[in-house]
Amino acid sequence: MSFMAFLEALFQYEFLQKALWTSVMVGIICGVLGCFIILRGMALMGDAISHAVLPGVAISYMFGVNFFFGAVLTGVLTAIGIGFVSQNSRIKHDMAIGIMFTSVFAVGIIIITLMKSSADLYHILFGNVLAVRTSDMWMTLSIGLLVITLVTLFYKELLVSTFDPTMAQSYGLPNKWIHYILMVVLTMVTVASLQTVGIVLVVAMLITPAATAYLLTNRLWVMIYMAAGFGVISSVLGLYFSFTYNLASGATIVLVSAFFFAAAFFFSPSQGLLWKSFKARKNRASLS
Amino acid sequence: MSDALQVDQMYVSYQGNQVVKDVTFSVGNGTIVGIIGPNGAGKSTLMKAALGLIPKDKGEVLVNGKPLKQSQKKIAYVPQRSDIDWDFPITVIDVVLLGTYPTLGLFKRPGKSERAWAAECLKKVGMQNFATRQIGELSGGQQQRVFLARALAQKAELFLLDEPFVGIDVASEETIIQILRELKREGKTIIVVHHDLSKAESYFDHLLLLNQELIHFGTSSDVLKPEVITKAYSNQFSFLNKSGQVNCT
Repeated sequence: MSFMAFLEALFQYEFLQKALWTSVMVGIICGVLGCFIILRGMALMGDAISHAVLPGVAISYMFGVNFFFGAVLTGVLTAIGIGFVSQNSRIKHDMAIGIMFTSVFAVGIIIITLMKSSADLYHILFGNVLAVRTSDMWMTLSIGLLVITLVTLFYKELLVSTFDPTMAQSYGLPNKWIHYILMVVLTMVTVASLQTVGIVLVVAMLITPAATAYLLTNRLWVMIYMAAGFGVISSVLGLYFSFTYNLASGATIVLVSAFFFAAAFFFSPSQGLLWKSFKARKNRASLS
Repeated sequence: MSDALQVDQMYVSYQGNQVVKDVTFSVGNGTIVGIIGPNGAGKSTLMKAALGLIPKDKGEVLVNGKPLKQSQKKIAYVPQRSDIDWDFPITVIDVVLLGTYPTLGLFKRPGKSERAWAAECLKKVGMQNFATRQIGELSGGQQQRVFLARALAQKAELFLLDEPFVGIDVASEETIIQILRELKREGKTIIVVHHDLSKAESYFDHLLLLNQELIHFGTSSDVLKPEVITKAYSNQFSFLNKSGQVNCT
């Protein structure tokens, strides 16, 4: 099917429109939040938190409440647990992450298996953007709005506490609170992305577009806009491939964003591998 | 008028070991003070604890006679170079602009006047031509000058610098020490963690000699007397003491 046919279908089917809006919002918020996650050296933490929402989502299903609440609960508890283990033993931070999130994730798998709904598990893990309901779309849009508002209002504080936490602390910014608020926002973004990319691949949407932008600019605010842009383009193109070839939306979206990363990795004017080796060769040639 | 910085009976532990023990001193306004001592003497730890950056076991800190919390924004801290992520996507001028953040309120963004002020501070350290560079592209000395410009932008009364002269070029060191002297003339107080004894006397009015405990606090020429200095460096210099010579570099 051509791209035109996709556009036609987009005008025709409401489910596809919902999928599109949800994907666009997920692309934006993952890109924006991802910038702070990677610059704070928390990529692995992002992976952990996103996986740790699984039991929360499962328990919410079981009790028939909105899975947003359960997800935030287990996500934040895991973040606190990781901090507790690494601060109170010789276990390093990355080890604590590896132990805690896999355990929590395993609990989630067992709960869902006991609920005997493996179809749900598949969709939670890998995303099924074409099945987005109206209520899901509104939840994603409101979480997105909240994230964008927070980042806009506290941009200054986020910048200084990310770049130089010591300075932030020395003039009285509450670094610990900023960290835990980011953890909460991270679980919310994971929930918002559940249906689009799924739990397993949320971390890719957090890291890959932000990392692509990181290779292309030396200014944080430009990086944030670019990351959001790459997030949106990846989401929309991924949705197209998912719809057209009947593939899991999470996988197609992530692959598109990985493609952009590869392009930046090789061709970035300042950081790209290609220019670097070209310049190095030129420098060597000028000496011989 | 109260002293710029008063530290009373400070005790600090690091990873379970007490590395700063019972340190009491007071620094008057308009002076440059060097904190010196052997490796592991707790120099940076003392400075960080005085700033409230790490928890202390015991002790009181007064800044201009007031508790630390009330005067935090009037203190500028220049961290060790190794504490900074030099790949961060931030330009030189934006680093200096961070210095205006403490006095801007929550939600308020730096405007034209803050940008002009940051540019002026950058000029004072002679780095105005590098304003749009990414900070990682600079040499060590240039980076240190940019962080000093950020401290200037903060319009602080008390300046704390942690090892500012480590691994930097002679010209940058000269620029930095001249600016510190200028600040002193304006009545500001500067405290520097320093490890190179050879220049200590020409740089600092007073020296605080530390080896976990306070060994001596006095004028630079007093502290640099061999019989005083060896008290702190006894381990390093034990082989020299036999011949009665002290090598102070």
